[in-house]
Amino acid sequence: MSTIHDRIFSSHDEALVLRAQRANVLASNLANADTPNYKARDIDFRAALSDVQGAEMGLQRTRAGHLPAAEDPLPGVRHAYRVPTHPALDGNTVDAQQEQARFAENAVQYQATLTFLNGRISGLMGALKGE
Amino acid sequence: MSLFKIFDISGSAMSAQTTRLNTTASNLANADTVAGSAAEAYKARHPVFRTHFQDALSAGVNTAGIVESRAPVQMRYDPGHPLADAQGYVYGSNVDVVEETVNMMSASRSYQTNVQVLNTSKELMLRTLNLGKS
Repeated sequence: MSTIHDRIFSSHDEALVLRAQRANVLASNLANADTPNYKARDIDFRAALSDVQGAEMGLQRTRAGHLPAAEDPLPGVRHAYRVPTHPALDGNTVDAQQEQARFAENAVQYQATLTFLNGRISGLMGALKGE
Repeated sequence: MSLFKIFDISGSAMSAQTTRLNTTASNLANADTVAGSAAEAYKARHPVFRTHFQDALSAGVNTAGIVESRAPVQMRYDPGHPLADAQGYVYGSNVDVVEETVNMMSASRSYQTNVQVLNTSKELMLRTLNLGKS
């Protein structure tokens, strides 16, 4: 099951979920640009994706008596606080311009992942229809 | 689908910035009002924002409260004024018009940013809905 799934989508589906989560974190930063003591956060996308990919090679159940590992669709999604470039007096570390740029970057990457997925699906459909 | 949460996050931020615009409008409208005593004089109002954590990844904003400015009110000697006290003073507001104008511009920019975030997220969601159709 997991191997054919891997062959079709090759981690693009997991990347899509991670991109959506990163959009969430960046939107939170932008929403709290004027909140005192709010610390800007971000997801380390590369580390998070390799965590997700590595998890599939993790615990294998070779006997019926083996206990299953806890079900976690996206284990170990890492989010960390951003190192502020110029911290404000009110304790807020959001740099609105930087966050806007990162949000736009993430949106483009999300669309790129969507395009990859669309290509995979249309290739598969072409093969199934045999036209 | 975590993109849905952006609607809550940006929506809460837009609502908070609207509160800020509202108080700024009240302050600017009352910048020239006068009263018969320092206690009755209009004090500038400002909202205090607070982070509202929805879960580990999403953090919205809400307004913790509205505080009145503690800046001194302007006393003006105007014995002919109908509201003047026994010594002939009237008490103006403590609104700083320049500060309020800057506040207004900052709030409007923040609001625009959040609208942009919402629009981008909506666009991404609509494209995700059409996955595999093209």
